[in-house]
Amino acid sequence: MITRRSLLEAAGTTALLAGAGQLSQPLAAKADEALSLSPQLPEGTRAEAVLDTLPGKKPLIKLSYRPPNYETPVELLRGAITPNDAFFVRYHLSDIPEVNPDTWRLSVGGDGANGEIRLSLNELKQLPATEVAAVCQCSGNRRGLFEPHVPGVEWGYGAMGCARWKGARLKDVLDRAGLKADALEIVVAGTDGGITDKTPKFVKSIPVWKAIEDTTIVAYEMNGAPLPHWNGFPARIIVPGWTATYWMKHVTSISAATKPFDGFWMKSAYRIPLGRFPVVARFASQETAANTPITEMVINSLMTSHGNGASVKAGGKVTVGGIAWDAGYGISAVDISTDGGSTWTAATLGEDLGRFAFRAFSHAVAMPTKGSYKVMARATNKIGQSQTPALIQNPAGYHHNVVQTLTLVAA
Amino acid sequence: MRSIIIAMLSCGALAIAAVAAEKPVELKPGPGADKVEANCAACHSLDYIKMNSPFLNAAGWDAEVTKMIGAFGAPISPADAKVIGDYLKAHYGQ
Repeated sequence: MITRRSLLEAAGTTALLAGAGQLSQPLAAKADEALSLSPQLPEGTRAEAVLDTLPGKKPLIKLSYRPPNYETPVELLRGAITPNDAFFVRYHLSDIPEVNPDTWRLSVGGDGANGEIRLSLNELKQLPATEVAAVCQCSGNRRGLFEPHVPGVEWGYGAMGCARWKGARLKDVLDRAGLKADALEIVVAGTDGGITDKTPKFVKSIPVWKAIEDTTIVAYEMNGAPLPHWNGFPARIIVPGWTATYWMKHVTSISAATKPFDGFWMKSAYRIPLGRFPVVARFASQETAANTPITEMVINSLMTSHGNGASVKAGGKVTVGGIAWDAGYGISAVDISTDGGSTWTAATLGEDLGRFAFRAFSHAVAMPTKGSYKVMARATNKIGQSQTPALIQNPAGYHHNVVQTLTLVAA
Repeated sequence: MRSIIIAMLSCGALAIAAVAAEKPVELKPGPGADKVEANCAACHSLDYIKMNSPFLNAAGWDAEVTKMIGAFGAPISPADAKVIGDYLKAHYGQ
């Protein structure tokens, strides 16, 4: 049987094992204060997480070295656009080749296409370019805050970012091969894979209706620069509004399928119980009687101006701020409460960078006397959705959008 | 999947800089630690284990070991799987 590894070797390539190098380096110094890890995270996560620097990145919170899973510290999420060098890194599998853009090719075909084509990076760039500011958020962002805890990568708040993604529309790419009327799903795959050929390769599918939306793109630029290696160089799929599991990095294959794709990462992983979350977008061809693939993000917000427990000055007002986002329906309000959720006051919203982007918000909170203040933020969108007051349990720990409470100590 | 294979053949990869600098992850000493290191660390760094502690009960750790073998194809013998499961429950369990 031809394995993925032997194919890479046959193609004259060298597969790098992320994390295989430099084992002799000293242990990273612990810096819990700088990390400001949530006390809700598992004890083992709090003990193991360190600030660590991947090539080309700022120090991020390392949850696992191999495959690399690094989240963005909250203080680097203060702006509505996340810099490339602060953007989180998430891989499922440990074999992560570094792609040569000169020999990279994107194959477009499948039984739901009229033919098969291959595009070079330059050919991809010759298609009409479009740019969309969009939030890329791991389905399991905040998994580590689940109570009871569920296994997986125990993310805090930072498995997300928002960037301006530029590329060709996926529908234009598909048009080059010719999409058949009975195409059902678009299957996307990239270069990264497992260490053994028995490990299911990370392959995802997207329903055709979502794949051909104007904002679904094959991106080759992120915030005006080539994609960083760790974020999918030279090209990745951008599915605004949907969780990052569909945003295939290092994409090399786009395949139109006339039947539901039944790979492990669709059939068994990234599933949520049917009907439990208030999501609109459905992936009907993948639904079962019990569950459905995760699709769009749930509405959420995060106060990023202060760490939990931060000291502030008593006797005046303290401006608290952060970011809010949803699946693209549009943030209509962020409300702030300082009385445990009994009364709410509208925060000021920042610049609108588009319906898929982070929306900044800020609010001056009165802190007349010394003491502890609990500040809550709750986002609402244009279709009336708002954040859940209580955790919605699900086995894999997805869609955590519980209203956050930030404690500030005025002195 | 033919298209994926073709894409793979044409996908170049350079052996250059972007490798994460993995630091050693020390497990608690105990019977079976060697089996964990020999088997689990082939595919992922051992911080995955410590990160997922100490909240899994015995059934939870058994399910993780079963998933690694059944779903992810880890080539672990039944005897080693038992030793690994026992070690994880004893040192990183609830």
